[in-house]
Amino acid sequence: MEILKYIALIDQAINENESEIEGLDRAIGDGDHFINLKRGITAIHSMTDQLSTMTVNEQFKMIGMKVLSTVGGASGPLFATFFLEMGKHITDSKPSLKIIAEAFSKAVDGIKQRGKSDVGQKTMLDVLIPVAAKFEELASSNMSTQEIASDVNQFAIDCAHNTKDMLPTKGRSSGLGERALGHMDPGAKSCQVMISAVCQHIQGE
Amino acid sequence: MKKFLNNPKNFLKESLSGLGKAHQNLLQVHFDPTFVTRKSINSDKVILVSGGGSGHEPLHAGFIGHGMLDAACPGHVFTSPTPDQMMAAVDFCKPNKGALFIVKNYSGDVMNFEMAAEMTSYENATILVNDDAAVIDSSYTTGKRGVAGTVIVEKTVGSLAENGGDLKSCVDLGNEVNQRCSSIGVALSSCTIPEAGKPTFDIEDDQIEFGVGIHGEPGRRREQIRPAQTIVKDMIEAIIEDFKGKNLALSNNTELLMIVNGFGGTPISELYLIYENACEILSGYQLNVVRSLVGNYTTALDMEGASVTLCVLNDQIKNHWDTPVHTASLRWGA
Repeated sequence: MEILKYIALIDQAINENESEIEGLDRAIGDGDHFINLKRGITAIHSMTDQLSTMTVNEQFKMIGMKVLSTVGGASGPLFATFFLEMGKHITDSKPSLKIIAEAFSKAVDGIKQRGKSDVGQKTMLDVLIPVAAKFEELASSNMSTQEIASDVNQFAIDCAHNTKDMLPTKGRSSGLGERALGHMDPGAKSCQVMISAVCQHIQGE
Repeated sequence: MKKFLNNPKNFLKESLSGLGKAHQNLLQVHFDPTFVTRKSINSDKVILVSGGGSGHEPLHAGFIGHGMLDAACPGHVFTSPTPDQMMAAVDFCKPNKGALFIVKNYSGDVMNFEMAAEMTSYENATILVNDDAAVIDSSYTTGKRGVAGTVIVEKTVGSLAENGGDLKSCVDLGNEVNQRCSSIGVALSSCTIPEAGKPTFDIEDDQIEFGVGIHGEPGRRREQIRPAQTIVKDMIEAIIEDFKGKNLALSNNTELLMIVNGFGGTPISELYLIYENACEILSGYQLNVVRSLVGNYTTALDMEGASVTLCVLNDQIKNHWDTPVHTASLRWGA
């Protein structure tokens, strides 16, 4: 797994979507989501030399601890949990797609438990939970890795869009009620951007 | 945006260093990770640790000192602190009678404190403050937010801890005070996070946000500005409605503590005007305000606006409010 390459791609994709993520967070959040994401990614970048000598599960663990101690807010513990869980379930340096998909599901489950949240509450989980299920389903099919990446990418985009019509019942925008209708959830959007960055790279390989 | 600012990335560090120097008889500021403690630590009392995103000053570091907090962990502006900060603060204080985390009910704060509580080796407990009447509570929401009522929790529990209370009794008192507090805020303008450089939300010159949170996050409704008396009347009614929802009985013997809290951009004179209007309205309900605090205590950076907090007192809470306190931003009797 080329985790460091994926981090670089995610960094680039987050930067390209800065104004949209920030705009959404200003509209229905509190305007700090992009800054927090950026702080986490910058901190991971600063460890590139150390990370490059590590095994995959060590990399995930170190990234998780770094995210936990630098990002803060709600997204810090949630993303940190994701990486720490990935590290628990991926030990092979060349894991099969099936193993990656299973690890992804377990990591998303970790986020669900830490945030005491679920689908339909207008949060990042409205992208992550359906995408995890889709990914697991496709990973056990006969489709090629490129085809799976293409499907997951499109599915993540659809899931993020679907949050527009959801009423927020969890997270910072939950005080807004109906006024949040029509806006995508910024956390769902940033998760989609990250998933798409990795998928689009795999599609082109 | 016009602010006193150098490099926005150094904003927090410069501000906290200044706080430490201005109050060097009271405070020590620690970096990497960031936390603030009393100058001299008494490990033989329950150690009170609070924290949250910065931008709400003087909450929480301004309330460290005799009779109130032992430590505070400031996060980046409007962003909760991280677990390593809380763990370092507890390690530094070496509590022999346990550590008590006082946490405002925001998902980020709750999760980061929860992870710290799981990872620290010291005995600990947590009080969640959720005094905001603006959010209508239901089993589907994150719940009510923690706002200026936090000051009352920190003051009274701080007093009990200073006077030898154990961890369990501190938790019980904190939960009771929280239950008896209710707050509501109104914003006249937005606020600007230094690092973001632009206002958190858009609001027309002639509009107000009723039920705003302390990060500028929207509340119950957006409406036209109108005479203060009518706004304050709605605020008091929202609080009294919230008390009813909590089954708090009010009678003509009820004694109240009232905080009129500025969000950072409203003059003190306007806060006293709100206090005056609130007293008139409360006298209509035959409710007596016997303790008061007026000023900027739980702010939202430069936001114009104010919140009103009422706490239904009992003898124990009133006594703990009155005990001596010596912190950077709250001081009496000491």
